[in-house]
Amino acid sequence: MALWKADPSFYASPRDAIAAPPEKLAYVAAFDRAAQKPDAIAVLDVDADSASYGSVVGWTELPYTGDELHHFGWNACSSALCPYAPHPHVERRYLIVPGLRSSRIYVVDTKDRPTSPEIVKVLEADELAKRAGYSRPHTVHCGPEGIYVTALGGAGGNDGPGGIALLDHTSFDVLGRWEVDRGPQYFAYDAWWHIAHDVLVSSEWGTPSMIEDGVVGELLLGRKYGHSLHFWDLRKRRHQQTIDLGDEHQMVLELRPAHDPTRQYGFVGVVVSVEDLSASVWVWHRDGDRWAAKKVITIPAEPAPAEDLPPVIQPFGAVPPLITDIDLSVDDKYLYVSCWGTGELKRYDVSDPFHPVEAGSVRIGGIVRRTPHPAAPDLPLSGGPQMVEVSRDGKRVYVTNSLYGAWDDQFYPDGVGAWMAKLDSGAEFGFDERFFPHGDDFRGLRPHQTRLQGGDASSDSYCYP
Amino acid sequence: MTEGSLAALVALGAFHGLNPGMGWLFAVARGLQERSRALVLQSLPAIACGHAASVGVVALVVTTTGSVLTTRIVAIGGGVVLVGFGLWRLLSKRHFRWVGMKLSLWQLGCWSFLMSSVHGAGLMLLPVLTTSAAPSGHDHGLSSGPVGAAVFVTGVHTLAMLAVAGVIAVLAYDVMGLTVLRRAWFNLDRLWAFALICAGALTVLTAS
Repeated sequence: MALWKADPSFYASPRDAIAAPPEKLAYVAAFDRAAQKPDAIAVLDVDADSASYGSVVGWTELPYTGDELHHFGWNACSSALCPYAPHPHVERRYLIVPGLRSSRIYVVDTKDRPTSPEIVKVLEADELAKRAGYSRPHTVHCGPEGIYVTALGGAGGNDGPGGIALLDHTSFDVLGRWEVDRGPQYFAYDAWWHIAHDVLVSSEWGTPSMIEDGVVGELLLGRKYGHSLHFWDLRKRRHQQTIDLGDEHQMVLELRPAHDPTRQYGFVGVVVSVEDLSASVWVWHRDGDRWAAKKVITIPAEPAPAEDLPPVIQPFGAVPPLITDIDLSVDDKYLYVSCWGTGELKRYDVSDPFHPVEAGSVRIGGIVRRTPHPAAPDLPLSGGPQMVEVSRDGKRVYVTNSLYGAWDDQFYPDGVGAWMAKLDSGAEFGFDERFFPHGDDFRGLRPHQTRLQGGDASSDSYCYP
Repeated sequence: MTEGSLAALVALGAFHGLNPGMGWLFAVARGLQERSRALVLQSLPAIACGHAASVGVVALVVTTTGSVLTTRIVAIGGGVVLVGFGLWRLLSKRHFRWVGMKLSLWQLGCWSFLMSSVHGAGLMLLPVLTTSAAPSGHDHGLSSGPVGAAVFVTGVHTLAMLAVAGVIAVLAYDVMGLTVLRRAWFNLDRLWAFALICAGALTVLTAS
C-alpha cells in the first residue's frame, strides 16, 4: 500500500541523508559453509542506548540450505525521489536477498517486525535463468525503474556472461536482462551508477567455475580473472567504454561512486596485483568525453615466513593485503578500505579523490597477525575486516569477517570464525569496545554483508546535490 | 464558457502545476545539477509545452466530437471512461517509469507530454470541456468553433499550470531547498486519482 507522505527514509540529497537520525538495527547476511543448516538474516541491535546493544536480537532462517547469502539490498531507496519518475510513496521495507550459490532470491519484509523479518517471496533460480539468462545473483541496487541485480554467471549451462537482471520493484518478478548491448563485457561483479548523469559502471570478478571451488592459482597467475571497468549508458542500456586496468590487476570488485550527484568520479578496489601481491584502489573520472582511471592507493604485501602461511600463498613468502571491500562515506570525505589478508581496516581522507591521505588504521584478524579485538584481547581472530558498511552520518563503521565460503577456507584453513566489529569514526578512528558480537553469537554461521535500517552509505543514490 | 468553468480550468492548471511529478521538480533538479537558475527557468516552458500538447489532444478530441455528436453522449461516454481511468490509477501499483536525467529541452517536452498523458491530465478537464463545447452558455467571444475552444481551454489551463509550477520551482531552488520534500510531498497521485473519478462523475451527472 502506498503511503500518503513520502517514505521518511528517502533523502533528496546526501546532505539530508547525513542529517538523518542514527540507525537502530543492522541486518547481516549469515551463511552456513557446510550447507547443513539454513542461512539466515541476523538482526543486530546497534542502538547505543539499548540494553541489548551489540548483540544479535533477531534471526530469520531461510527455508532451504546451501544458498550462501552474500550481498543484499533494499527494494526502494532515495532514488525514488528522482525527478524523472518520482514515486516517493513506496516504502523501504523489503530486503532483496540473493543466494550467491543457489541463485535463489528472497524477499524479506522488515516492516511489521523489524527484529524478526519475514520471508514473503522466493524467486527460484530457474526464474532468473529463464527470464534474464543469469545465475549467481550478487549486488542489489534500488533503481529508478526497478531493482538492479548483478549476476556472476550465465544460465542454461553457460558459465557466462554475467550481467544485470532487472526486477519489478512492486511484484519483485524478474523483468529480464538489463543490457541491450553488452559490447565486450563478459565478467560481472558489482554495478552502480552516476544516476544524475545516466551512467552505469560495472566491474569484474570471474564466472562461477572460476570462483566456486576457491581461487584457482593457474587462472590467477595466468591473469584470467577480471581486470576491467565497464561504463554504460544507463538510459539506453548500452555498453560505451571498457577501461582495462592492466591484466596484473586481478579482480576489480566494489564500486563506490561519489554520492554528490554533480560529481562524476568514484573508487574501485582491486584485490591483488600478481606482480607483487599488492592491492590497489583506483579512481575513475571523466576525461573529456571519455572515462579514465588512475591508481591512487597501493597497499604492499607484508613479508612472512612460509610456515605461517596457508598453502595457497606459501610459495610467495608474503601476505597479500587483499582489498575485498571499500566504502565511501555519504559526504564523500572518507574511504574505508578492507585488507582482508593482512587484517587491517584503513581510513583515507579522499576530499581530493586523486590524492588520498591515510587518516587512520586499525588492525584486527589477519592471516598471520590474528590481531584480537580490544574487547577480548586474549582471543586471536581469524578472518579480517571484509564487508564494511558506513552509517549515513558517517560516524559509525561496521565490519564483518567472512569473504566467500570457498575462499575463506583457502586463506584461513583452520577456520575463519565469525565476528563483527564497529568503529567510531570522527577525529579519532577506533573500535567501539561495547560492540563485538562473535563466535556462537552467529550460531555457527559466517557473517557477510551488513545493511543498516533506513539505508547506509552503499545503499542509496541521490538525484539532488 | 462560464465564469465557473474558467475558474475550474485555472484551478486544475494550478493543481497540475503543484504536482512535483508533472515537472517543476525536474526543472529544479536540472538547475541544481548545473547550479543555474537560468536552467530552471529554461526547463519550465518545455515542460509546459509537453503538458499543453497532452491536454490539447484531449481537448481537441472532445470539442470536435462534441460538435458532431450530441454533447450529452460525449459527456456520458467520456465521464464513464474517466471514472474507470481514475479507479485504475487509484488501484494500480504501477507508476510512471523513465530513466534519464540528461535530456535536451525537446526531450524534456516529450517527457512532460508522456508524464501528463499517462496521468490523464487532459482527461481531468472533461467536465469543463463538455460544458464549454455546448452551444448554450455564456460566451466569452471565443467561440471560433471547436478548434478555437480547444485552444482556449488548453491555453488557459497551461498558463495556470506554468505559473504555479514556476513559482514553486523558483521557491524550491532559491529559498526552501528540497529537504521540504520529505515532509511536504503529499501523495498527489492518489489525490489525482480521486480528482479523475470526481471529474468523471461530475461530467456524467451534469450531462444526465
